[in-house]
Amino acid sequence: MPVNPDAAGRSYGPFEPYEVTRVKIREFADAVDAWSGAHRDVAIAQAEGFQDLVAPTTFAVVIAQRAEFHVVTDPEVGVDFSMVVHGEERFTHVRPLVAGDVITTTVHVDEIKQRAGISMVTTRAELVDADGAPVSTVTSTLAVREAA
Amino acid sequence: MTESTSPSFAGLEVGQVVAEREIAFTRDMLVRYAGASGDFNPIHYNDVIAEEVGLPGVIAHGMLTMGVGASVVEEWAGAGNVSDYQVRFTRPIPVPNPGEAVVTVSARIGALDEERRTARVDLTVAHGETKVLGKAQALVDCE
Repeated sequence: MPVNPDAAGRSYGPFEPYEVTRVKIREFADAVDAWSGAHRDVAIAQAEGFQDLVAPTTFAVVIAQRAEFHVVTDPEVGVDFSMVVHGEERFTHVRPLVAGDVITTTVHVDEIKQRAGISMVTTRAELVDADGAPVSTVTSTLAVREAA
Repeated sequence: MTESTSPSFAGLEVGQVVAEREIAFTRDMLVRYAGASGDFNPIHYNDVIAEEVGLPGVIAHGMLTMGVGASVVEEWAGAGNVSDYQVRFTRPIPVPNPGEAVVTVSARIGALDEERRTARVDLTVAHGETKVLGKAQALVDCE
């Protein structure tokens, strides 16, 4: 089953808020070889002007992919996850994520392009904080091959 | 007292290399990234499944490569100072077991915006001679 091109324009969420924790920021910083003390030591982060530990640049993917999961598992979109290759990714931050943030995410299917047995599915996750203020936009393009 | 970590705009030049790093990708790193990110796609830890879907074996998460690239930029830019970051994933990085895949990251100034005091940092990320990311660009807020 190919991806359904009519799924473009759909939105999912908002989902249960994601709480950004110090432990998860440290764990992610270790995983991506991010060396700054502002990811690990609250005193250093505060000395640099942040409220609390600051997340690495791509940390927002942890939150965005949880929301995108609802798109790729929606049978009406028809993504075969074993046939997915990640094509492109983009983060646009209004401000950095910090420990203590409570983030609510809505994900939009912006575009589905099809050619030569491959569907390019572009999603856009909008992350807002507890006050409803925008924090980050995460845009992701997946290339989905049709099963032979 | 707060101490801004943003790099100084003055003195930056297009073409200047601001940070470089060599990272040895291992299976341990992939497992660590899977846990930290919540991306448990088995092609990043299971050779049998990776080969079943036509890959040469286990490959690194594209987002691990992207994340490491950001860490190299941050090493120069300071934490929290990258406002926009985009990449295209052009080639997978097979990670052998046992062994390692050596990845090199080079971050150079691609463009400067005097009015906004931002620097566009262009990343070259390669596995051996093979470039694995395309159009890898980070926008950094400067002082």
